[in-house]
Amino acid sequence: MIETLIQGLLLGGLYTLFALGLSLMFGVMRLTNVAQGDFIILAAFAAIAGVSLTGSAPLWVVLAVLPIAFCAGYLLQRHVLNRTLGKDPLPSLVVTFGLSIVIQNLLLELFSADPRSIEIGPLATQSLQLGDSLALGVLPLVVLAVALAATAAMQWMFARTPLGRTFRAVSDDREIAELMGLKANQVYALATGIAFVLIAIAGALQGMRTTVSPSDGPLLLLFVFEAVIIGGMGSFWGTLAGAMILGLAQQIGFRLDPGWGIWFGHLVFLAVLVLRPQGLFPKTRG
Amino acid sequence: MTALLATEGLQAFYGDAQALFGVDFALHAGELLAIIGANGAGKSTLLKCLTGLVRAPRDAVRFKGEPIGGLPPGEIVRRGLAMVPEGRRLFPSLSVEENLLMGAASGRSGPWNLKRLYEMFPILAHKRGEPGTSLSGGQQQMVALGRALMSNPEVLLCDELSLGLAPIVIREIYAAMPRITAEGMTVVIVEQDVGMAQQVSQRVYCLQEGRVSLTGRSSELTRAQISQAYFGLEAHAEAAP
Repeated sequence: MIETLIQGLLLGGLYTLFALGLSLMFGVMRLTNVAQGDFIILAAFAAIAGVSLTGSAPLWVVLAVLPIAFCAGYLLQRHVLNRTLGKDPLPSLVVTFGLSIVIQNLLLELFSADPRSIEIGPLATQSLQLGDSLALGVLPLVVLAVALAATAAMQWMFARTPLGRTFRAVSDDREIAELMGLKANQVYALATGIAFVLIAIAGALQGMRTTVSPSDGPLLLLFVFEAVIIGGMGSFWGTLAGAMILGLAQQIGFRLDPGWGIWFGHLVFLAVLVLRPQGLFPKTRG
Repeated sequence: MTALLATEGLQAFYGDAQALFGVDFALHAGELLAIIGANGAGKSTLLKCLTGLVRAPRDAVRFKGEPIGGLPPGEIVRRGLAMVPEGRRLFPSLSVEENLLMGAASGRSGPWNLKRLYEMFPILAHKRGEPGTSLSGGQQQMVALGRALMSNPEVLLCDELSLGLAPIVIREIYAAMPRITAEGMTVVIVEQDVGMAQQVSQRVYCLQEGRVSLTGRSSELTRAQISQAYFGLEAHAEAAP
């Protein structure tokens, strides 16, 4: 039983990383990035390609991918997504949906449909022995630690730094923020740049712990939505809590019957949507 | 004397609806000018055209002789025009101090900073960590005024400072005006309270249905002239700069 709970929390850590970028983009500009899952897979493939092309250690490749991801996010927001923002959420949904299709097919063309992973050697299978019957994988623990650190860092950035202050101001009232001299389009681009760094971290870790293939994105997006909605839109600790609850629900489901895991997660998500549609911990930020 | 800020034949539209019909307006350095008029007369629209929130033709608005009509609001505030918006519009997620700091986002330097604002409105220093929108209406108006001052503007435009506030609170806020103008700052107030507007300002513009219906020195305008201009009867007072 304890093992199931711990496995659920470890899985929740991964889902937290998947969801933080979406939570940030939604929090700052009410933009729902439907291509979130595909960008995670794209980042994983970028790391895979980097490792195989340069032969460097995966850690260095991943560190090199992060600034590239920031720039890609910044430019995407600046030149594409900013044009879709407005009172109507439909243009941004349609454009990111289109990007999702483009990314899937691009990856299929470049890498074929074969599942691949980032080779990290013995780290992939190392575990810590806790007592007689319990062993925890080192990599999932690393993922959980990164997820907790990333959530705390996002919360701190949002609540305590001048950058976070501008994010909140632009999110509250774009017109007045511009009247104060802020350039909202630039602030949005910074937010997406940061979201893409989180996406790249999530993609790299996903590529290390399992195999990825070009069509994986939509399923990840589903988990992201479930985590964010269970936790409450626009709150980082809420996103973490939602991801943990989803991870736990899926692990408990797997334990009951190997075919029930993901389905159990959906059930918890639907229950929250019916009973508490605003999420369990809405707006804990700031 | 050339005007610091002027409009010439300014027309403004909300979609198909025209709100301003050829407004000529001139503001001189160092004065405190009041714009009065009934609801829907175009007072707020005029301020929004000056600050870029409503699009205006390029040459219809001039600041220090340069055309600024239609520039983005951020560019206009960087040139030295700041606005206290109608309804205060503080950022709900930001504390009092964070709201004030947002005013400094334009990067202009000058005499106004947190320390001076807290001297002028000591209550804000006590409440600096509280959410801006949790304050009373009068205190929120102090934050909105302070936020605009933090950009160290040359011209301060105040839209309906007294809206929804008790008379004693209104007097408290207007009591700060002499300290603001003492620095040589030029101030425009849009005000529905005609008595207050006449009392604090040196010159008055009255708008009526998107047109200037009366201008003159506050001390020289009679009540009859103002009520005629306010309610739509033809009136002409001596226009003194």
